[in-house]
Amino acid sequence: MRGSRGRRGNVLSRLDPWTFALYAVLVLLGWMNIYAAVYSEEHKSIFDMSQQYGKQLMWIITSAVLILAILLSDARLYQTVAYPTYVVTILLLVLTLIIGKEIGGNKSWIQLGSFSLQPSEFAKFGTALAMARYMSMLNVDISKWKFRFWPLVLMGIPMILILLQPDAGSALVYLSFFLVFYREGLPGMYLFIALLAAVTAIMALIYPPVYVVGVVGILALLIVFFLRKSRKAVWTTLLLALFSGAMAFGTNAIFNKVLQPHQQSRINVLLGIQDDPMGVGYHTTQSLIAIGSGGFSGKGFLEGTQTKLNYVPEQSTDYIFCTVGEEWGFVGSSITILLFIALMARLVFLAERQKSKFSRIYGYSVVSIIFLHFAVNIAMTVGLAPVIGIPLPFFSYGGSSLWGFTVLLFIFLRLDANRWEEL
Amino acid sequence: MRRDLLFYGIFGILGLIFLGRLFSIQVLDPTYKLSAENNAKREVKIYPPRGYIYDRNGELLVANQVGYDVMVIPRQVEPFDTALLCRLLDVDTTYVNDRIQRAIRYSRYQPSIFFGMMSDERYARIQEELYKFPGFYTQKRLLRDYPISGAANVVGFIGEVNERFIRENPGYSMGDLTGKAGIDKSYEDVLRGKAGRRFLLVDNHNREVGRFMNGMYDTVPVPGKDVTSTIDIDLQLLGETLMAGKRGSVVAIEPSSGEILALVSAPTYDPNLLVGRKRSRNYTNLFHDSINKPLYDRGLLAEYPPGSPFKVIQALVGLQEGTLTERTTYTCHGGFHYGRLHVGCHCGGGTMALRKSISKSCNNYYCNVFKRIIENYPDAHQGMNAWNEHVRSFGLGQFLNNDLPTGKRGFVPNADYYDRAFGYTGWKAVSTISLSIGQGEMIVTPIQLANMTAAIANRGHYFTPHIVKAIEDEPIDDPHYTEPKYTTVDSVHFATVIDGMFDVFESGTARASRLSSIEMCGKTGTAENPHGQDHSIFIAFAPRENPQIAIAVIIENGYWGSRWAAPIASLMIEDYINGEITREALYNRMVEGSLEEEYRRQYIEIFGNDSLFVAP
Repeated sequence: MRGSRGRRGNVLSRLDPWTFALYAVLVLLGWMNIYAAVYSEEHKSIFDMSQQYGKQLMWIITSAVLILAILLSDARLYQTVAYPTYVVTILLLVLTLIIGKEIGGNKSWIQLGSFSLQPSEFAKFGTALAMARYMSMLNVDISKWKFRFWPLVLMGIPMILILLQPDAGSALVYLSFFLVFYREGLPGMYLFIALLAAVTAIMALIYPPVYVVGVVGILALLIVFFLRKSRKAVWTTLLLALFSGAMAFGTNAIFNKVLQPHQQSRINVLLGIQDDPMGVGYHTTQSLIAIGSGGFSGKGFLEGTQTKLNYVPEQSTDYIFCTVGEEWGFVGSSITILLFIALMARLVFLAERQKSKFSRIYGYSVVSIIFLHFAVNIAMTVGLAPVIGIPLPFFSYGGSSLWGFTVLLFIFLRLDANRWEEL
Repeated sequence: MRRDLLFYGIFGILGLIFLGRLFSIQVLDPTYKLSAENNAKREVKIYPPRGYIYDRNGELLVANQVGYDVMVIPRQVEPFDTALLCRLLDVDTTYVNDRIQRAIRYSRYQPSIFFGMMSDERYARIQEELYKFPGFYTQKRLLRDYPISGAANVVGFIGEVNERFIRENPGYSMGDLTGKAGIDKSYEDVLRGKAGRRFLLVDNHNREVGRFMNGMYDTVPVPGKDVTSTIDIDLQLLGETLMAGKRGSVVAIEPSSGEILALVSAPTYDPNLLVGRKRSRNYTNLFHDSINKPLYDRGLLAEYPPGSPFKVIQALVGLQEGTLTERTTYTCHGGFHYGRLHVGCHCGGGTMALRKSISKSCNNYYCNVFKRIIENYPDAHQGMNAWNEHVRSFGLGQFLNNDLPTGKRGFVPNADYYDRAFGYTGWKAVSTISLSIGQGEMIVTPIQLANMTAAIANRGHYFTPHIVKAIEDEPIDDPHYTEPKYTTVDSVHFATVIDGMFDVFESGTARASRLSSIEMCGKTGTAENPHGQDHSIFIAFAPRENPQIAIAVIIENGYWGSRWAAPIASLMIEDYINGEITREALYNRMVEGSLEEEYRRQYIEIFGNDSLFVAP
């Protein structure tokens, strides 16, 4: 066993510089855009503690403290504290449901003096640790049914607790563990089925289900014709076609019978079936106006009107990307997107180079969670997904969110610093 | 297969989707940029002060005062407390809905007036509560102020433009004001100035948060220009006072310039009625007063038979045509008799020459004068058209095309007209004999009559009567007003006729209105009309040499010209030239004299009772 003494230098010199640099750039860009989003003439100082940008600076500084603490800790510690951390974060979620402060109909916050904590942000790294701990056990093989039970439980408990708040967006994030499962051996067919289900469901909402089934049927028959030599392929195709048909009719039935009118409207607006700029589509419309008005090179720092004048809702948190789009234009938003993709790609690369299975699984959990946040948040902001309120990692205003993502990421970087070790 | 590749693949595909989407909404699609401007930019019109209107002596007739409007931008309106808004503005729900519908019809994005011209007090109250009503805001605007309660028909009034007006006049938008009558209408372009624009940034709650682009696109309002009217407000007010209780008109013109000194239409109204919140109710009342028609400018629009004053023109035409000399005499036997035709006369009878025929207003004389004019030509058609030409040269039977917003043509018949009217072409001079004494088919407006008098006073030319003499102290230089228009009657022919008109005061029909200090020339008229009692008509100018004022007075159904019209003309002349009125008894008799009973009688004749009659 080659201990850390086998490598030269302290933990700081072994910290992955690319990831750290990307993290730092995203956090600072986020801070700058929060400043622009809520900028007002009366509070010009970016250090004004009465404003969101002043507070965000405080969250950044405290995050730096957290980073330091994590880096100075022992890499092996995390395997040990994985389950306890999970339990603590779950208990926090339960506590939230009991003593939580209700804001806008959601009981997602615990009030501590003048600050509020959002435990669902911490449950992410808690769950990621526990998941990595369980799945890294020697005999666990996710491709087998009997090993799928506990991962689903670990994932399901926080999801259900968060759904009870209710905060569907934050709960949705936990589905990102399916990507981890895939990496660890879950057959790709499951991801394919999920994608197929999503596509047929959406198609069934736009077009009459009969047509969708018709198209699926014709495609299935063509595939069956070409693959008729393989009995297994024929059966699989026919089963999938049947599944798609059921999805199509099922979605339609659920949409019409189960969903509330306002939920139906939200989906309709998104799918372009219902055009209603002043009604339920207001968020998306305003968001598109803000981003679209940025043009190629943007209006310039602090020159955005749509975000600053509150036309865009939640402009410092969930819709922070609007400020980027409005003030920095296509150039700025593209750079931001590319920064995120670079970070995620780098994290996948780091995860793959881990010697320890625990570190790899944890790494993939980190990347999957960031990916889902990024994908859903940007898709919502640019009008490609329904309004699902989840923050843009490192960018959005909010202490819990920044702390949560920082801890999530830096535990992995701490593990990576000892990547050659079998922890 | 390496499973990490799927992750890179997903990142790459999603990245491309996002970049493509961003490129489409940020670079390709321009609609969002427009929406953003509409979202955050509000245009506020800054109304410039409208030009003032002064009288010829610098007396202020029309000024401005400040009022406030509540504006609405339908697209920005969110559900609001209708009851509170109704209470604040003191209106009902129907009003609110109706106004919003009207605003939407005009534009969803542009502001419309929701509640116009409120008081300072209400403005103060509303300002505090208005934040509760997104899409509503207040805007300051200028209203007219009339320091002198008179000359309403001259100065006119302003009013809100309607949808049709905006379609026809692209420079206007909903809520703008425009002149609707009088000088305010005809000098709209001068008085209006140019509205400025200020672009403001508003947030999602429609609160102003600053200037759009630091005021780069803002424009400064250009104030309207001041206008100096030709009106002598003292004379105008005297005329209005003298016309109390009567219907009719007094028009006075300065012969040497064509400037209108007074343009009185009775009954009239107080111009301050058409300012402020009660404007619309008052306007409706004035508009619907079909008995006294206060908004109807009789001086410009009412058409009357000219009656006897027209004999002066008849004489001048005869002199010019050579069919009449100052020594031509006719003998009157109580009227003009031709076959079965009979025109009565009150001159007292006897043989008389031209000068006396005017002062005594002998009908017989002028029937003969007219007959000779027409019969001087080979046939009546030629005669009639030659006569028509002469008469029209005095500005009768045609629009004056002046700077008043309205007017009437009047009518002077010609040969074609009679061919159509009689249905055959064989008519003779005597067939149209009513024309000789200013009756029959001929009609004139009071301002035409006054202009005709000015042409006589000038001995053969006139300046188109106009109501404005200077713009921003710059005298008008339009040749239409500054160059004389000559009549077809040469100036040599005027002497005897004017002598006759002088005698009208000295020894003739208006001797009761004579004034020793001023040499006045005039001509009475008593015009038959189908409505009731004869109209009392008088034309006059003074002094006889270098006349300063020419005047025409018509009192509807006032009977003899000498009864009402002549004294009023005489008092006006005295006041204008001497600056004071010495004949107090005459003055009082005129002011107090009312024709209400005659008007009531006519009303009953038409409607059977006088339950709805309104005294002038």
